[in-house]
Amino acid sequence: MSDGATIDGWTCPAPLRDQPNIVMGHGGGGKLSAELIEHLFLPAFRNEHLEGLGDAAVLELPAGRIAMSTDSFVVRPRVFPGGDIGELAVNGTVNDVAMAGATPLYVSVAMILEEGMPIDELAALARSMAKAADHAGVQLVTGDTKVVDKGHGDGVYINTTGIGVLRQGIDVHPKNVRPGDVVLVNGTIGDHGMAIMSVREGLEFESAIRSDTAALNHLVAALLEADINVRALRDPTRGGLAATLNEFAAAGEVGVVVEERSLPVQRAVASACEMLGMDPFYVANEGKMVVVVPPDQAERALEIMWADQLGTDAVAIGEIVANHPGVVVAKTAIGATRVVDTQVGEQLPRIC
Amino acid sequence: MKYLDEYRDPELARKLFDEIDRITTQPWVMMEVCGGQTHSIIRNGIDKLLNENIELVHGPGCPVCVTPLDTIDKALAIAGREDVIFCSFGDMLRVPGSTRDLFQVKGDGGDVRIVYSPLDAIKIARENPDKQVVFFGIGFETTAPANAMAVYQAKQLRLSNFSMLVSHVLVPPAIRAVLDSPVNRVQAFLAAGHVCSVMGFSEYVPIVEEYQVPIVVTGFEPLDVLEGIRKTVVQLEAGTPAAENAYTRAVNFDGNKAAQTLIADVFETTDRNWRGIGMIPGSGWELSQRYADFDAAERFDVGDIDTQEPEICRSGEVLQGLIKPNECEAFGKACTPRKPLGATMVSSEGACAAYYTYGRFIEIEGVTA
Repeated sequence: MSDGATIDGWTCPAPLRDQPNIVMGHGGGGKLSAELIEHLFLPAFRNEHLEGLGDAAVLELPAGRIAMSTDSFVVRPRVFPGGDIGELAVNGTVNDVAMAGATPLYVSVAMILEEGMPIDELAALARSMAKAADHAGVQLVTGDTKVVDKGHGDGVYINTTGIGVLRQGIDVHPKNVRPGDVVLVNGTIGDHGMAIMSVREGLEFESAIRSDTAALNHLVAALLEADINVRALRDPTRGGLAATLNEFAAAGEVGVVVEERSLPVQRAVASACEMLGMDPFYVANEGKMVVVVPPDQAERALEIMWADQLGTDAVAIGEIVANHPGVVVAKTAIGATRVVDTQVGEQLPRIC
Repeated sequence: MKYLDEYRDPELARKLFDEIDRITTQPWVMMEVCGGQTHSIIRNGIDKLLNENIELVHGPGCPVCVTPLDTIDKALAIAGREDVIFCSFGDMLRVPGSTRDLFQVKGDGGDVRIVYSPLDAIKIARENPDKQVVFFGIGFETTAPANAMAVYQAKQLRLSNFSMLVSHVLVPPAIRAVLDSPVNRVQAFLAAGHVCSVMGFSEYVPIVEEYQVPIVVTGFEPLDVLEGIRKTVVQLEAGTPAAENAYTRAVNFDGNKAAQTLIADVFETTDRNWRGIGMIPGSGWELSQRYADFDAAERFDVGDIDTQEPEICRSGEVLQGLIKPNECEAFGKACTPRKPLGATMVSSEGACAAYYTYGRFIEIEGVTA
């Protein structure tokens, strides 16, 4: 994959460098649109499927079932510690496909650009998407660009759709979890949400909190290829770990018990949460997955995760139980128990 | 995490529970004044692990819960104006007014912004000279220094486009109101540590002397709360009520003098209507005459406010410690965090929200504290 476009690298005889910002014409389907595709997106995303610039990418898929997922990304700010909206848009969809137990292969990209968006920044986002796709081993095979009037968008909104294929016999739906199963997570929780919050609100913490945005498909593949009997997989994005565990409890008609002290939370994230009255349980992640496995496979699953750079902090956080079906219970630090419900709306920073 | 983990140590917690068990010989009722303490107690399950002789009653110290309805309706009216940027702490946004909340005002096109400090609102005012920037200045003594500083700075900067909608409330008059109630059962108070970090605890001495009740300044982490309870039980059992400090790492007897001086300059005492409780004489702060120009309630004529509380909401009784949240018929049914009838179901410091969030509405099979 190409290292991508920079405006300086453009070879077009009709240089758009005279046009430093996105204008309405870039979404009009005419010359400006074509130039944007040809000189910005194509060099960044280059692959044989995109090359033809047809109305649709024609793809060959290995035999098996297909997993497909779509997601839209509207994050503000567009660039944040640890990533940007482009990388997030690729990783997010790759992860959604991977969480079905599938191998993600192809991703589409649709962008809604706001008039006035600097083309330099768009090029940087395209580069970042290409790099993320490269890491994940997927191709960005089709796309679309529209432009909205200044003031009617937030710079750029990105929609990505991904497809992947599943091996025979793979079923990682949350309904499969059973009493006795162990709940694992591949690392620290709450990093993405607090990274975004700290830059969005101009909060300065002693150490910068970085988003954990990452493609998890290789880690999923490592578990499946080692024949770990993965009962269920989910990435705890919006709503955080609490939402995911509640989903397991509801779908499997089982209870979930979590040891609060075993939750891996970075020191800086924990401090920021304490300060703002937030609970890392409910904060979004973008490079984390919750894996449920039978008890006799937990240790091996952890060892596989520890061997991957996205799983070095992997840990068992709790278990599936037959009691209190549909309810997630946390054992608190001092040894009592409490219910962990799904959050209503967003967490709000408290007054004092 | 330093200064946190050591106050959540299960071994030490166990020792404190055991010690409290050992010294308790009869039933006692104590009120934790602050919503932050209520949250910590319910979140950590402290009340479930305490011996049954000790009853914790949840007090009125949730600032967003007690902010009067007419003030909230005023805020909603001001926030809806086209010329206004309305700044507030986050947990005020979902507090229901008579007909809507600040989130709905935002949804309807109002410029409502969550800030983390009133000084952020000053910055916004400087950056938006063509807009009126209003900060919703509520809270107990804890938030008063920062709010006072914002108004003080606005005056120094001659910032004519900044104002504050002030509805501060004070702890000592609220404690007196609880004690004066003919139905009061509370025999001792865990005073709010953060409030005391500003005000000290000298002002509790006359209350202790007059009413002969223990008042123990208490922090928020599990071990802080347990130590506050332990000290309170010691006093109750010995029959020697005193104003005592169980939160020495943050609080001293006289409090923060610099903050108090600033507060005394910017605010003056007033009678305050507490939502769900009623009028408590001398229980609030409003802007002093020197800073009257910065009073948003005066600057914006919002017309007549006709307030309407939902009839079935019993948050007033919850705030006075007369009932537990799950004793209200609407709790978890007509009233949930998704559709709160009262403010106590909104803020993380509200007793109803804490009960709901931590599942005190379900009997959990196989789970014992």
